Amino acid sequence: MADVAVQHSVVGAYEPSLFGTYSKKIGMWLFLLSDSLTFGALLFAYSYGRISTPNWPTPFGKASIVNATIMTVCLLSSSLTMVLGVLASKKGDHKATVKWLLATMFFGALFVVLHAKEWSGLIGEGLRPFSNPWAKGVPQFGGTFFTLTGMHMLHVTIGVCYLGVVALRKKWLPILLGIWLLGWLLTPATNVFHIGIHVLLVVLVVSAMILFFKPKVYDAHDVEIAGLYWHFVDLVWMFIFPLVYLMSTKVV
Amino acid sequence: MHDVALKPGVAAVHEESRTPYYFVWVVLLILTGIEVVLTYNQVFAPVRMLEVLMGLSVIKSALIIFYFMHLKFEIARMKWVLMVSLVVCLTLMFVFFADAFRILSLGVK
Repeated sequence: MADVAVQHSVVGAYEPSLFGTYSKKIGMWLFLLSDSLTFGALLFAYSYGRISTPNWPTPFGKASIVNATIMTVCLLSSSLTMVLGVLASKKGDHKATVKWLLATMFFGALFVVLHAKEWSGLIGEGLRPFSNPWAKGVPQFGGTFFTLTGMHMLHVTIGVCYLGVVALRKKWLPILLGIWLLGWLLTPATNVFHIGIHVLLVVLVVSAMILFFKPKVYDAHDVEIAGLYWHFVDLVWMFIFPLVYLMSTKVV
Repeated sequence: MHDVALKPGVAAVHEESRTPYYFVWVVLLILTGIEVVLTYNQVFAPVRMLEVLMGLSVIKSALIIFYFMHLKFEIARMKWVLMVSLVVCLTLMFVFFADAFRILSLGVK
């Protein structure tokens, strides 16, 4: 029965990687590939509605476009700080790595806050998932807008927390707990984010499980993989920004 | 602040300059500015505008994928498998646009 013996102790006994890199990176690329199809489907669905509906609402005035442009600059800048963090981690510079990761988290968090402000303003004007105040015959505008931008906002939020785990490990947990509590208590009860902020509680539980049940010291490879995820989030916004905001600009 | 530990010797494998990344970042910002100016001045009709904006977005995403995500430094097999599978799958979704244009010209039946 034991005709084939594998000598695991021999250095180089395993075949080299088919894709010339480590398996965790291939795993992340595969995840991103599947996630890009999810976002692809949402973007194509939005585009379908946009093309087939001549009276598609154009609610985004100058203030909204300026806000969305600042959000775009935030994400692009966060991608730069992320890549600088990856470079620092490859050079073995611990302090610089954490510094760049924290800068990336700052830009990401700023993006989420600005986006939440945008959402609150639109909801205040009467936008709902199945109705909008600008074009009565286009009920699908709210649903497609909230689904697409909400899915992206969720990805950015998870990305910020992911970077927090990699950069700060267990120190990140009380910080996230504080952000959740503050956000929950300071957001008015009538605001959609009073409920939505509980996403952070779910992420907190998952982060705690990862950090306590599988504690590890994150290395340069882990920083690079976190970077792949972060850049993907940036990449998706490069399509959402023109498609959702710029194509629905209200020019006075 | 020493929570991210690093593997010794990694830097020797892949020492890179920061300059190309700053350059790519500036190009991405310029392309974003062009998108905003084109839209706000309504330079093109809506469908042509959508094509131009998506074209600029494809250029921006290519810069992000190849430079920021370091796909440029991966082996050819990795590049081809990832990009071909992504482009083929997304291109297949274009089949739905024919129906969107049909509705636009004929109305919903």
